[in-house]
Amino acid sequence: MTTDLTDLTITQARDKLRAGDISAVQLTQAHLDRIHALDPQIRAFLTITDEKALDAAAQADQRRQQGDDAPLLGIPLAIKDVLITKGVPTTCGSHILEGFVPPYTGTAVQKLFDAGAVMLGKTNTDEFAMGSSTENSGYFTTHNPWDLDRVPGGSSGGSAAAVAAGMALGALGTDTGGSVRQPAALCGISAIKPSYGRVSRYGLIAFASSLDQIGTFGRTVEDVALLLGTIAGHDPRDSTSMPLPVPDYSAALTGDIRGLRIGVPKEYFIGGLQPEIERAVRAAIEQMAAGGAEVCEISLPHTEYALPVYYLIAPSEASANLARFDGVRYGPRHSQGEMWPTYKATRGQGFGHEVKRRIMLGTYALSAGYYDAYYLKAQKVRTLIKQDFEQAFEKVDVILSPTTPTTAFKIGEKADDPLQMYLSDVFTLSASLAGIVGAVVPCGYDDDGLPIGLQVIGPAFDEPTVLRAAHAYQQATDWHTRRPPL
Amino acid sequence: MTAYEAVIGMEVHAELQTASKMFCSCAVVDSTSAAPNQHVCPVCLGMPGVLPVINQQAVEFGLRVGLALNCEIPEFSQFARKSYFYPDLPKGYQISQYEFPLAVRGWLEIDLPDGSTKRIGIRRAHLEEDTGKLTHVDGHSLVDLNRAGVPLLEIVTEADIHSAEEAEAYARKLRAILRYLEVNSGDMSKGVLRMEPNISVRPVGASELRTRTEVKNLNSIRVVARASAYEIERQIKVYESGGTVQQATLGWDENRQSVVVQRLKESAEDYRYFPEPDLPIVIIPRDQIEAIRAALPELPDAKRDRFITAFGLSHYDAAVLVAEQAVAYYFEAAVQAGGDPKQIANYIIGDVFRQMNNESRDREEIGAIKLTPKALADLVTLVQKGTINHGVAKKLMDTLYTDGGDPARLVEERGLAQVSDESVLAAAVIAVLDAQPGEVARYLAGEDKVVKFLMGLVMKAMRGKGDAQMVQRLLTEQLEARRTN
Repeated sequence: MTTDLTDLTITQARDKLRAGDISAVQLTQAHLDRIHALDPQIRAFLTITDEKALDAAAQADQRRQQGDDAPLLGIPLAIKDVLITKGVPTTCGSHILEGFVPPYTGTAVQKLFDAGAVMLGKTNTDEFAMGSSTENSGYFTTHNPWDLDRVPGGSSGGSAAAVAAGMALGALGTDTGGSVRQPAALCGISAIKPSYGRVSRYGLIAFASSLDQIGTFGRTVEDVALLLGTIAGHDPRDSTSMPLPVPDYSAALTGDIRGLRIGVPKEYFIGGLQPEIERAVRAAIEQMAAGGAEVCEISLPHTEYALPVYYLIAPSEASANLARFDGVRYGPRHSQGEMWPTYKATRGQGFGHEVKRRIMLGTYALSAGYYDAYYLKAQKVRTLIKQDFEQAFEKVDVILSPTTPTTAFKIGEKADDPLQMYLSDVFTLSASLAGIVGAVVPCGYDDDGLPIGLQVIGPAFDEPTVLRAAHAYQQATDWHTRRPPL
Repeated sequence: MTAYEAVIGMEVHAELQTASKMFCSCAVVDSTSAAPNQHVCPVCLGMPGVLPVINQQAVEFGLRVGLALNCEIPEFSQFARKSYFYPDLPKGYQISQYEFPLAVRGWLEIDLPDGSTKRIGIRRAHLEEDTGKLTHVDGHSLVDLNRAGVPLLEIVTEADIHSAEEAEAYARKLRAILRYLEVNSGDMSKGVLRMEPNISVRPVGASELRTRTEVKNLNSIRVVARASAYEIERQIKVYESGGTVQQATLGWDENRQSVVVQRLKESAEDYRYFPEPDLPIVIIPRDQIEAIRAALPELPDAKRDRFITAFGLSHYDAAVLVAEQAVAYYFEAAVQAGGDPKQIANYIIGDVFRQMNNESRDREEIGAIKLTPKALADLVTLVQKGTINHGVAKKLMDTLYTDGGDPARLVEERGLAQVSDESVLAAAVIAVLDAQPGEVARYLAGEDKVVKFLMGLVMKAMRGKGDAQMVQRLLTEQLEARRTN
């Protein structure tokens, strides 16, 4: 009956564990079995930690016997390999961290462990989370469970594919410009990128520090909320995490959206948007109106600048963040005897093309004489984008939009055209730049049966309203119950 | 021949000796003696995924210095990343402050050898983190990151310094203030305080700024003075011989007593500064700044002025006493113990410093000598009350300095009390005069100066303990008495 155990939601699994119907070891073993059966085709995992997972599951069972009922006790999850895990290789999908075994565990992952979660392994990602397909992984490309010839999205493609394929009940990803939301949409699962400052970034290997946030994946909004509630909160180790109390996200899922004011930004329904996606998103909006929400069109006039602004700010920060990978203290060193040649060989061989491209972009944008024209100007436009949302949220509670312009594209289709690849994040970048909430729920399938995701955007730190809206929609639909044909 | 003047701006890096590092909880240790790489953690090692957290104590220490240097504290300050690659810099960037420093526009008054004072403008003081240390052994370079992440305050002056003497005076005064503020030990030999003069010269009267050089690795204030003087002379010679000065970073070679080129600066380095996204802007509430200002200790200038007005010390003596915080505290402790301030100052500046010089001890170690402030106060009081005379006091000083002890007890044990018994002293005087008829005759013939010689003989006979004034009076009386015979 192992397939049944991997088809549960987290809340269903928790109920069975609580009732004593199943053990954490059984549940974990079922997932490991499925990983070993399916992952050779899907390739969601960079590292599978069978032994550690089973040990953790056995401990969870023991804790439960002793009366412990921690919220995620015995729940098997997948963790994006951008998140630091003590004693387990953490590579960021890069050869420059090949063989790196961290001496500490990041805050969000530690909170999952403290809540009793079982880590199954570390999932594939575009190198340093730079990409939208996992094709930039230094190791291999992950395949979309709905169509193995297609990408799962990225950069958190490994986590999204693992959850979609039933290889984990939930997962953590990271989102800098859409890296949680875009793969969730392409893999037909639910996810949230919380507000900047909602979850500690301590232990998240930085790509762009002012944008990076850890997000959660699940098969339902309920699961996504449960995971978020576990990892959210202020962390004294992260000065950018906000010292605000964490609301009870599960309690926010009332199913009631009567009177909820929904904004539909006209700038998000543009040429290049796949017709089936527009149809599915518009249908979703109607569905919510039928549920009692008030819908109005809004404008986010600076939307078109999000992409150029993002591709100045994110690479600028990345160019500094990635300077520490020099082979001096950890990671492989390609020694050339002298210092400078060694730096060049280590970084030259350790980083892939896209990472180098962004380091160069960022280095250029921060250089003397260009700083004002590029980095500083981009920061100013970022403020305008933020103000667009602030003004919109004076009139509406949430904003609904497509998550991606297309459904999952073919592996290799955009790999040689960075700009086309960058455009697949065009609807998710703005919320990242504004530091606000973005959630995704499945809202249909295209003519090829590929999933479509609805994006629900809300004001900073109003995760409860975003989750309530997404959950209410999910309650009224059954898109999330479909499973890929594996 | 053209007369030149030097134009010097001083850059100082002062480690802030807080309990923990600038952005993590590792201890700040003496990196010259600690075993390498023992005081490190993922944060100061620049591991992937770590984040900095601002050490509030370091901010407070920085503010103390800023306020003591009469700086304005802007509404906010901001950390920024300064990017460059070097193995002693774990993250590949140093977290520093750039556009918005902690403190700006201050000044420091320096004391010059001729007794005059001068104000040196402070352009800015900003917080940053120190780098690790490289040791080069047998063609390999070893990295020690104990020092990486130690809080630093960089203090930059205006180009107001115009001679090696002024550079030295600035260095001395700044070091004294840092020590008074208890933020830095001032131990330049251990690298916790690093002074780097930026030097150029120009014809007197010119207003242009010429190419400057930066002198590093100066491990004492004396070397700051010597290297500055050397470099000023060198540049003048270059111009005199029709050459041009090249922009360069120089070092001081202690063996050759000369500056050596460390690296020529062909073009300005681009550090690609941008605001540190991992840290919030630093906003210090005004009331907190005022609380820090109110809690500042009495600084050298104020202390000097008080010593002059309250104790009647000379400007020179007062300035010498306050130059080292430890000396000032020693002096104050002795005054507190009841001694006469002027006498105490004399003994410290004279005998105590002489003894310490003989042992090559720094004045800052005065708190550790065996002669306690209380003992010095007691000694001074014994002289004042006439219990012992100055000669005995000086000898006693030597004993107390070497072995310590209670002066009153030593006087009693060794029978050093002054003899003021007139009959005893008169007998000694008569005995000396009887034995020196020739000297007596010379006195009577009008040679007054023999009194001094005879005085010495009497004091010798009294083993130095005679009341000098009384002996002098008795001698004169007895000599005059012999005139009538």
